[in-house]
Parts: sequence; C-alpha cells; structure tokens
Amino acid sequence: MNSVLNIRNVNKKFGKVNVLNDININLNKGEFLVLVGPSGCGKSTLLNCIAGLEKIDSGDIHIDEKNMINIEPKDRDIAMVFQSYALYPTMTVEKNITFGMKVRGLDKETQKNKLQEVVKQLQIENLLNRKPSQLSGGQRQRVAMGRALVRDPKLFLFDEPLSNLDAKLRVEMRTEIKKLHYDLNASMVYVTHDQIEAMTLATKIVVMKDGVIQQIGSPFQIYNTPANIFVADFMGSPSMNLIKATTTKNKGQYLIEINKNKKKPAILKYNCKENLPKEIIIGIRPENIIEKNSSKDKNFQAIKSDVKVIEPAGSDTFIVTDLGGSEVTARFHSESEVTLGSEIDFHFNLSKASIFDPKTGNRLN
Amino acid sequence: MINNSSSSYTNVMLRILLYIILFLFAFYYLLPLFVMITTSLKSLEEIKTGSLVSLPRELTFDAWSVAWSKACTGIKCEGLKPYFWNSIFIAIPAVMISTFIGALNGYVIAQWRFKWSNIIFALLLFGCFIPFQVILLPMARVLGILNLAGSIPGLILVHVVYGIGFTTLFFRNFYVSIPVELIKAAKIDGANFFRIFWSIFLPLSLPIIVVTVIWQFTQIWNDFLFGVSFSEAGTQPITVALNNIVNSTTGVKEYNVDMASAIIAALPTLLVYIIAGKYFIRGLTAGSVKG
Repeated sequence: MNSVLNIRNVNKKFGKVNVLNDININLNKGEFLVLVGPSGCGKSTLLNCIAGLEKIDSGDIHIDEKNMINIEPKDRDIAMVFQSYALYPTMTVEKNITFGMKVRGLDKETQKNKLQEVVKQLQIENLLNRKPSQLSGGQRQRVAMGRALVRDPKLFLFDEPLSNLDAKLRVEMRTEIKKLHYDLNASMVYVTHDQIEAMTLATKIVVMKDGVIQQIGSPFQIYNTPANIFVADFMGSPSMNLIKATTTKNKGQYLIEINKNKKKPAILKYNCKENLPKEIIIGIRPENIIEKNSSKDKNFQAIKSDVKVIEPAGSDTFIVTDLGGSEVTARFHSESEVTLGSEIDFHFNLSKASIFDPKTGNRLN
Repeated sequence: MINNSSSSYTNVMLRILLYIILFLFAFYYLLPLFVMITTSLKSLEEIKTGSLVSLPRELTFDAWSVAWSKACTGIKCEGLKPYFWNSIFIAIPAVMISTFIGALNGYVIAQWRFKWSNIIFALLLFGCFIPFQVILLPMARVLGILNLAGSIPGLILVHVVYGIGFTTLFFRNFYVSIPVELIKAAKIDGANFFRIFWSIFLPLSLPIIVVTVIWQFTQIWNDFLFGVSFSEAGTQPITVALNNIVNSTTGVKEYNVDMASAIIAALPTLLVYIIAGKYFIRGLTAGSVKG
C-alpha cells in the first residue's frame, strides 16, 4: 500500500495558542480519513495546512510521497470542497467547474470532456447555464463537488461540506459521498464535528481535541475501545455512560462497587488482567445495559435501580436512571413495559465496558 | 368595526398630511432650479423688466451659447468650452485611476490580511478626514518637485491621492463581507493574486464600482479649491471658470449667462447619477455563500 498523505510531527501556533500539537497521521491510497472533534480543536486548521492554505511551524507533510514544504496549493494535486461551497458568484455552473482547468491552461477539448463526464456523474447536466444564486443548497453542493472532481486529484479535502444542508439532504449527500469514494477509489480527508458523519463515512477516524490527536482508528475501534474519556464521550449518540466506581481485589477477580442514591451500593464482578486502581470510571454504551438477560450470558449482571426518565426513540426506548452519582442511559426494547419511578433490573454487560483512570482519563483495559 | 373604520380614516388623513409635507419640501428644493432654468432661457431685457419666478415670454438659447463659447473669464472670452474639456480630462482619468487603486487596496486589505493591514487601513481611513486646506502647501511642493505644477496631470495626481482613502474604504467594506473561502477555492484552482482579482472579485464589484464612481466623479468635478490652487491659465477646471464668469465685473451683469453657465457646470454630475444609477443593482453576490 502506498501512502497518499503522510503528516509527521506537525506543529502550528496562532500567537501563543498551540492549534496543532505534534500531529502524526498516515493515509493510504483509497482510504477515507475523517478528522472529527469539537469546534476549535484544530481539525479545519489541519486541513488548511494539508491544502497549503496555511503554513505549518514545524514538521513535514508529504502528499503522494513528495514533501509539500513551500509547495503552493495549486501544485499539491488536491481538490477541496468548502462548507460555504465557495462557488464563484458571477460565473455559471459550467464556468465554475471549468475555471481551474482554464487557469491551468488545459485545452478546450479536454475541458469539455471532463465537464461532461463529471456533470453526468453528479446529475447536474441541466444546471450548466445557471448562476450559483439560482441553485438550491443541494445543487450548490453538487457543483462544488463537481469542481473538485474535474481535477481528478491525488487527494480530496472536504471541510464540513454537509453542515449547511438540512437534515434529510445531509443524509442523502452523505450516502452520495460514500458512493463516490467507492466508485472512484479516491483518497479523501474529511473534516466534521458530527460524529455520526464520521462513523458512517470513515475507514479511519482521527479524533482531535485542543490541537492534540486523541485517537486514530477504524470506526469500530473508536466506538468500542475509546482511548480516553473524551473520545468515549464524544463518539456515539446517545453518548457512552461514564459511571464512577471503586474496586477491590478478591481472589483474582475485581469487585466493582457503584454507589446508588441513598441505597446499598451495587456490586459487580469483573475479570481483568490489568491492575486497576481503587477509583475508576466505567464507560459503558447504552446498548450494553439492557432490560433482560435473554441469552443467559454470564457476562450480564443485574443492578436494581429506579427509572427516572423514559425516552421512546421508535426502534428502541432509552431508560435513564441514577447510578454512581450521574445519569445512566440504558437501551431497552421499544415494547418494554416500564413505568416511571419503578425499581427494575438493569443488566450490565461488563465485558464490553471500558475502564478509565479518573485522574488521567486514559483507558486502562 | 367602528374602530376599524376610524383607524382607516386616521390612516388616510396621515397619508394626506405626509404627501403635503413631501410636496412642500420638493417645491422648496426645486424652486431655485426652476428659477435657474427659466432665467437662463430669458433675454436680458426680460430679466430686467419681468418677475423672478415668471415663465419666459419668449424662449431664447442665446445665453446658453454665450455661456458655452463666448462668455468672458477674465481677459479671455471663449466661454466655458475649454474649461469643460479640462474638467473632463481631469475627472475621467482621476476617477478611473482612484477607483482602480481603491479596488485593489480594498481587495488586499479585506482578503489578503497581512501583518500591518489593519494599521494601514486605519491610516488610509484617516486620510478621508484630512481637510482639503491642510494638504494645499505640501501638495504644491510635491507637484513642484515632480514638475507637474499647474498641469492637468498634476491635478489628476492630486485628486487620485486625495480620493484613495475613500475608494479604499468603499471597496474594503464591500469585500470584507465576501467569505475568504472564495479565495481559498481559487488558490486551489490555481489562480494567482491578480487572476483572482480580475476573474472573481472585479466581476462581482459592479454595485460598489458604481457607488465609487458616482462619489469620486461628483467630488472631482465639483472641486474648486484644488482646481484654483494647482492650475494655471490653460488648465483651469470648469468650476474655476464658472467663478470667473460670474465674478467678472465688466459691464452689465448677465444673469441669464450666469445661470446657463451654472447649469452647464452641473450637468455632467447629474448625468452620471442618471446613467450609473440604473446599474445600481444590489445582491450580485447572493448565492456564493450559505443558502
């Protein structure tokens, strides 16, 4: 596999603020990399650095195994799609798409062929003579993608391209981008703050916070084995439950004690090779707390607790209760008949849980 | 129901009152123009005998032809014609150059932020507030050094320099609302600094170009102080000539010629408003950004 994008030890400061702190990322041909994080985490800055629109203070960026230091954006063999689409307002759709080719001096014949190919692919043939102001949001989005596609670049860069669309269109375009990635076997870097977009699109996710990479991994890894509390909390909706607990070692097994409101604490057994500290935080996703131990799996252990909130979500019903001093969400069947305020069994699957150190926030198991 | 009809009655009354006030203001402002036009179309005889606001009994364009080609400005008696052309030769290049420089400045300051861009913009802005009189002496010295004293190119230079502050302000404020992503996209497309300016920014600047041209043309055409200070016999603009015609004290005061001269001097700015106003279209950038 050959590397399309290799970022090594990249640092960048705005004044005194470290916006990018020792970033290292490798992307192979055909991969879909999603940079995700809350606003201000440096993900857009990193994308601009890859594009060459911002200078880096130190480190190296290689695109297609060539060093990009002091290489202009136009010579990096990239194409970029922007959040605001950035269509040229006075040009028609056709001119918008062909502008780059015209500037680079491609002959008319090639321009025409590429244009035809791309507009067909994006189904915007009938829009060629319109101005951007005469297009809907989704159409503008397609034109912006068309402008990137005619370039046929080594690397596609997307800067939150869907965040200006309404919810329904966003899901449609998301599918379309994924199809495009598959059809073109293209390498893509995609910035978003939407963790669902990240999960659905990526082959590789980079979670960032305050200019530091928190974790790099496949969507499966990020979701199931988050590297720290931040990633655990940020990825997934509803987010992972983080429950404070204390441990005691007992015959090669840990006993985990979770405080209950004004009642005797709950005790769960937990097998683990690693040494756990006294204080821990258990990270467990709602789908690993269910109502009935149907499979009789011994991984499931019950805790009795009061039902505080019932949130039907159609396919499932989320039940909220208080454990360890915080709210805990469980995922029940939509048919389950739970009454508000009653005390019921919550079945925990601790084999799917993540254990975090409350001091560092890092994963322990 | 009663409430409704009484409130609609009040509305009608208010509307009538509003129109009366507007009509009075329009009348008040148009009266001098009316007097100017009618006086310029009367013979001197009629002006002496008739009333100020009466219509001319007999239309005559003699005063206009005198004003255009025979009226005396001091010792020469060639009318406004040569000075009119002087003003054209000063105003048109000065408007074009200052508008172009303003567009370029505004583009750089709004879209290509560099280290001192805000300070430079503040200084340019400061230039807008410097009174004409303050720069007379230094400018005279500069024109002398450049060997442009008393020449039309010298006057063009003065107006360009004095206008840059305003034109930069106009264009900067217009361009600052254009998202920076447009430049980023163009950079990735391979366009350079000037290509982006020509192909993307200038085409969407029509509304602000019109505003700037109207402003600059009016300023330069109507300027008297620079014109009287930095010109010599053959290079005076029309405003200076108009002053000389009106203030020439030999013989009888020809009010009809004075009025005709004043109207001729004011016509080009009026024309610019009428023609350029048509292109005063807003919202050309709509659609480049978020839906």
